[in-house]
Amino acid sequence: MHLLYQIFVDPFVQMGAAPDLLAQTLWDGLVAGVLYALIALGFVLIFKASGVFNFAQGIMVVFAALTLVGLHEHGVPAFLALGLTIVVMFVLAFGVERLMLRPLVNQSDVILFMATFGLTYILIGLGQLIFGGNPKVMIANELYLPSGEMRFKGLGGFVSFQKIDIAAVIIASLMVAVLAVFFQRTRIGRALRAVADSHQAALSVGISLEQIWVIVWFAAGVVALTTGIMWGARSEVSFSLQIIALKALPVLILGGLTSIPGAIVGGLIIGIGEKLGEFYWGPLLGGGIETWFAYVIALGFLVFRPQGLFGEKIIERI
Amino acid sequence: MLYREVGQYKTSYAADMAVFPILQDRIGIGVILLVAFVVIPLTGNDFLLNAVLIPFLIFSLAAIGLNLLTGYTGLLSLGTGAFMGVGAYACLKLTTYFPQVNIIVWILASGFFSAAVGVLFGLPSLRIKGFYLAVATLAAQFFLEWCFIRIPWLYNYAISGAIEVPKRTLAGIALTGPTATASTRYVVVLGIVVLLTWVASNLVHGRIGRMWMAVRDMDLAAELVGIRLLPTKLLAFAVSSFYCGVAGAMMVFLWYGGAEANVFAIDQSFLILFMVIIGGLGTLIGSFFGAALIYILPIVLRWVPEAFGLPLHPATVEHLQFLILGVLIIVFLVVEPSGLARLWQIGKQKLRVWPFPY
Repeated sequence: MHLLYQIFVDPFVQMGAAPDLLAQTLWDGLVAGVLYALIALGFVLIFKASGVFNFAQGIMVVFAALTLVGLHEHGVPAFLALGLTIVVMFVLAFGVERLMLRPLVNQSDVILFMATFGLTYILIGLGQLIFGGNPKVMIANELYLPSGEMRFKGLGGFVSFQKIDIAAVIIASLMVAVLAVFFQRTRIGRALRAVADSHQAALSVGISLEQIWVIVWFAAGVVALTTGIMWGARSEVSFSLQIIALKALPVLILGGLTSIPGAIVGGLIIGIGEKLGEFYWGPLLGGGIETWFAYVIALGFLVFRPQGLFGEKIIERI
Repeated sequence: MLYREVGQYKTSYAADMAVFPILQDRIGIGVILLVAFVVIPLTGNDFLLNAVLIPFLIFSLAAIGLNLLTGYTGLLSLGTGAFMGVGAYACLKLTTYFPQVNIIVWILASGFFSAAVGVLFGLPSLRIKGFYLAVATLAAQFFLEWCFIRIPWLYNYAISGAIEVPKRTLAGIALTGPTATASTRYVVVLGIVVLLTWVASNLVHGRIGRMWMAVRDMDLAAELVGIRLLPTKLLAFAVSSFYCGVAGAMMVFLWYGGAEANVFAIDQSFLILFMVIIGGLGTLIGSFFGAALIYILPIVLRWVPEAFGLPLHPATVEHLQFLILGVLIIVFLVVEPSGLARLWQIGKQKLRVWPFPY
């Protein structure tokens, strides 16, 4: 009885008693969710266009951020370094298409999945070899990202917002808007959607698959760079980010592997759910439940809706 | 020249379906077993046994376990590391409560605990498949890993938070613990691996294996011909986790001699998945090839710069290792997506007709 009370009543009583803490937790969850959503977005872009479950998205975030910081450390001005990093991500996309996707075309999904593991190892090795394995500080000031915090009085206490978090939310929303316009309004965007619908039909009307793949991997690289900058500015640029990127996986299956809105909504649900769970239910279980809470939410959800929130309905035929 | 099957007639169905239909293969496997059981324990040095052969065999067993699930039944799992952990912790608890029972019995029995946990986390597999399932098994990985750290009862309240392997003996010879010699542990590991490989071979060549493969090839069609999906998939999860659990228990008790929860982390799951895919999905021999390549390759890579006298910093060598391993994975996949087992088959076919191309 006492346990049931602790699980089902007590956390809500706490929420009601301290609305400022609840608001703070919700905000923290929202910010984390936005960042998960950004990583998930990179996954979805690639999965839609090429059917590759790109495990390397997490390390691409780290690699992009490391390249940016590393270039700046070698005396390149911040915005030039940003431009150069975008060029590096393009070269990466091009190389991946030429050396990995093209020879492996028409292989089964698991083989391609495996190949992205190889890519992960290559990027870890390259990143450490060139920039060293130590954590670095993101060049937030040089990129004119705000720092410090804003405090608001209200809800019976104080709620504080880190300015960088606000910037992250705004930039992420902007990027999603730009991507949406790109997908809906431009020629290349239409081609991308055609490829996502059917590779063969797209080929038959003269869309070059190779070109499309380079474009989506490049787009995913730019998304990774943005994520890397934001996340790096909040904490630091280190290889441990890659593990955090695994959190994007439950986001993906919650939202559906092929849906961009799904990635965003899923990200927010997971981010907020995780923070609330950790804050209000975590102490009951001894803490640290953040590592698996998201997966359990996603798992419970999948049992009832196997294709995720917004995923395409899976139709099977013999 | 020697590898010819001329004159070996198959006169019965059983002979035609034999695992090793060719005489030379049977001789070969006999020689390998003889070398493994007799020559190596007598002549091998500690480094060879401890750092190469024991881990190779243990990883092979884990890879066979995952292969039964992923290669034969087509269910992608990323929770292998955690299932190995369940085996290790179960073995520790069992031998703590019943120290008089032989440790080999408990190593094998710990597989059943792992199997039970595997079945539990395999339940969603009826509804979801493919990458969705892979991510769902990550839930098992992270949840179990959290349990290994947060539940002190599992590691007997040791202050270090690690498993401390007690000394266990068989007929006065130490099998586990610091006094056990490398060759004793090697023989035990080898015995268990050979036994379980034999069981796995019988499973996959029999009715159960055919059911698994039918589910892998097309689960809807399999259901239509009367295979019940849920029991079949759960059985695959159970057997696979059993193998992984035994491998995990052996890893801690017969190789490391003590381990923390982080050896069962997600890296371990990925490593074993590498072995299975590089070795060849749906082949038992591929599991051995994959384990050999993925485990022994880094050891070799560490030696290469030394052998050439290159003055490289150890950290640089480690980074290069990552780079080279990544490149090799992609190269192998491009050259032969069906894995090393397929290369082995092609090689055998070439040998049979040598010197003619076909």
